[in-house]
Amino acid sequence: MLQIELWKRILIWGTVALGLLLALPNAFYNRVESYNDAVAVGAPAEGWVDWLPSGLVNLGLDLRGGAHLLAEVRVGDVYETRMKGLWPEVRNRLRAARDTVGTIRLQQGPADELRVRISNPEAIGEAERIVEEIARPVVSLTGAGQSDIEVTSEGDVLIVRLSEAERLATDDRTVRQSLEIIRRRIDEVGTREPTIQRQGTDRILIQVPGVGSAAELKEIIGTTAQLTFQPVVRRTTDDQTVAGPGNELLPAMDEEGTFYVLEDTPVVSGEELVDAQPSFDQNGMPAVNFRFNPSGARKFGDYTANNIGNPFAIVLDNEVISAPVIQSHIAGGSGIITGNFTVEESTNLAVLLRAGALPAGLDFLEERTIGPELGADSIEAGRIASVVALAAVLFFMVASYGLFGVFANIALLVNIALVFGLLSLIGGTLTLPGIAGIVLTIGMAVDANVLVFERIREEQKDRRGPARAIELGYEKALSAILDANITTFITALILYVMGSGPVRGFAITLGLGILTSVFTAFFVTRLLVVIWFDRRRPKTLEL
Amino acid sequence: MRLKLVPDETKIDFFRRSRLFVLLSALLIVASVGATLVMGLNFGIDFRGGTTIRTESAQPVDIGAYRDAIGDLGLGDITITEVFDPTFGADQNVAMVRIQAQEGEESVSAQVVADVEAALQGVVPDIRFVSVESVGPKVSGELIQTAVIAVVLAIMAVLFYIWLRFEWQFAVGAVAALVHDIVLTIGVFSVFQIRFDLAIIAALLTIVGYSLNDTVVVFDRVRENLRKFKQMPLKDLLNVSINETLSRTVMTSGTTLIALIALIVLGGDVIRGFVFAMTWGIIVGTYSSVFIASAILLRLGVKRDWSKPTDTTGNQFANIDA
Repeated sequence: MLQIELWKRILIWGTVALGLLLALPNAFYNRVESYNDAVAVGAPAEGWVDWLPSGLVNLGLDLRGGAHLLAEVRVGDVYETRMKGLWPEVRNRLRAARDTVGTIRLQQGPADELRVRISNPEAIGEAERIVEEIARPVVSLTGAGQSDIEVTSEGDVLIVRLSEAERLATDDRTVRQSLEIIRRRIDEVGTREPTIQRQGTDRILIQVPGVGSAAELKEIIGTTAQLTFQPVVRRTTDDQTVAGPGNELLPAMDEEGTFYVLEDTPVVSGEELVDAQPSFDQNGMPAVNFRFNPSGARKFGDYTANNIGNPFAIVLDNEVISAPVIQSHIAGGSGIITGNFTVEESTNLAVLLRAGALPAGLDFLEERTIGPELGADSIEAGRIASVVALAAVLFFMVASYGLFGVFANIALLVNIALVFGLLSLIGGTLTLPGIAGIVLTIGMAVDANVLVFERIREEQKDRRGPARAIELGYEKALSAILDANITTFITALILYVMGSGPVRGFAITLGLGILTSVFTAFFVTRLLVVIWFDRRRPKTLEL
Repeated sequence: MRLKLVPDETKIDFFRRSRLFVLLSALLIVASVGATLVMGLNFGIDFRGGTTIRTESAQPVDIGAYRDAIGDLGLGDITITEVFDPTFGADQNVAMVRIQAQEGEESVSAQVVADVEAALQGVVPDIRFVSVESVGPKVSGELIQTAVIAVVLAIMAVLFYIWLRFEWQFAVGAVAALVHDIVLTIGVFSVFQIRFDLAIIAALLTIVGYSLNDTVVVFDRVRENLRKFKQMPLKDLLNVSINETLSRTVMTSGTTLIALIALIVLGGDVIRGFVFAMTWGIIVGTYSSVFIASAILLRLGVKRDWSKPTDTTGNQFANIDA
């Protein structure tokens, strides 16, 4: 009948206690936040108890203030750079075969193509073959086995363009490089919890709390990181080493505790690097190909010719990425960096090598700046409104259902705590519409209880005993409660999937509110009612 | 002493004036569609592109002076509105400046924002720009598309769910009621020219959920009574069902409205439009689930033999206990 087994009781109380515990840090938001910051940087943390959970609800930009940017990467820019970079090699190879193909001339054409006219049209097939030798396999999972360029011809004009597979791989790499570069630059400024996400194929969403304005954020993204190639004097593990005049001491990026003494003056700097691609060396090991512009190529060629057997360092933002030994004179401005790389590492190194400059331009499609005081005002208004709404609903429930109203109210309070607990647990973001979602939950959460109580009233009117009325009330209200809440949950789900930003925040609180309100009505309120009934054994229910 | 919004036993005949209510709703729907077509919606930058700047200053807002300052920049259509709110302090004078998307620019121009800010600073030295939001035309187009898809998808999903759990007649009734609610809500936004942005779409979807919530509770009772009173005429049966659930309907709408009204009054102006949409939606949602959904159900008729439970009949959930 009205029995609830012990294990179920323990489970219910356990869930409630866990929810309250998870929600607890939010009641001391500022204190826990500074505690978490301290933990993150490894400083001695005070103000919060170690063994308590310290997860907090993230505040959305509309509540905390900050800047939001949606950028689209102009992936097409890269095709042009690649084609320009390819021209010297195409020219050299065709010139070497001047006897068969004749003289060559570069033609005007679309920026993502290389058009070369040869004076000997009969040899066009031979020219195609020569240029195709430059092709390298595409480095990507889906494009494996295909080559990166496509060579065709129209009459006496040779057309070189990137193959479809290479374009896809390039687009992906371009966006990833941009993402990586943007992340590095924002990390350097050191703000709290930036969100830098890829959206769709070619967009990047950047949200940074605490930045003054979107314009400021754009400036941060626009600053160039410094890439240089410097001669290595020696390698050391002592960070107190005195570098000496004209030299500097820099740490290695991957190896903890390794330092390099380098000559101050770079041989070549990153501005002269036109391309860096992941590839494979003669032995099929992952490596990175790079290419300089003509002036960089000359400097690099001269230096390598004179320093065979010496290491030189690739330095990015004052960290040594790698310090390979020069194996041979590198002429022509392109070279290869080998090492014990995995494919992923070589891809990352290529990304880092190009990290000096954004690989392609960015179009800003959306920018929002929210001042911190507006966010603070919104939080305050939301807090007051929630408290008033809660008080009114609590009063209304007691006035309507008496003691049962008190039970429903306890469940409602538990409910709100559970929503906050779950939000902290899953790291959900609370936005201004999200606060509205919580207020809406306050209003609607009692619905399940109301359905049950009304049902119990009806059953009692049909002259059923109180125990039977309670039992039937819960049983018969079940299908209505589930159907009603599932439909609302479906809409919350759709909102979550389709929405973005603040709207998504609303969908999260609405959805969580539905789950917790069904749980509290069916388990918490019911348990309270049963406990009360066991103690008092009333002849009739005062409902 | 108990507060009773609805007496214990009610025997209201909800179909006595059924024609009147259906006619009223039809008129309101026509008016809403008409208003939306003629007056249009006051789309926010989410859907139209452009820039909004929220300003705050200690001095009272002088819209004319603001307009003169920005007018010289030749930025096309500019809207300036002063914002009032009971939660503002005495020295908080807030205005919203909206600038249309600039011709031929796919992305957002920082220069425009900087120019406008400088111009306003010239008129009101202590002015602060508490929020600046720009959306390019490309994104706003996509946002409209996504919003429409979301609303349609939500309606289809619940239509499917109700059809699964009840009979198709119930699904039609429920969806008719919620389309009614959405159309009337959009109509109100058109008539009062309240700003219609992304958050309002969220409100519309919430209305979808809430309207159904109400309708489903009534329908659940109808289904139960169909099994209980096999011979009762459908009209009486619907009346009994609505009367039985009336107390709950009023109670839940009551608590939800109380909470939302607290939010309208105290929640600040930023989300007022959003909360207003939900409040209005809940009022029409309650009305439509009582008067419209059941009227349609009565008109369509339902399968009367529920004695043999089939896959689509309810109570699959009935064996859960705590």
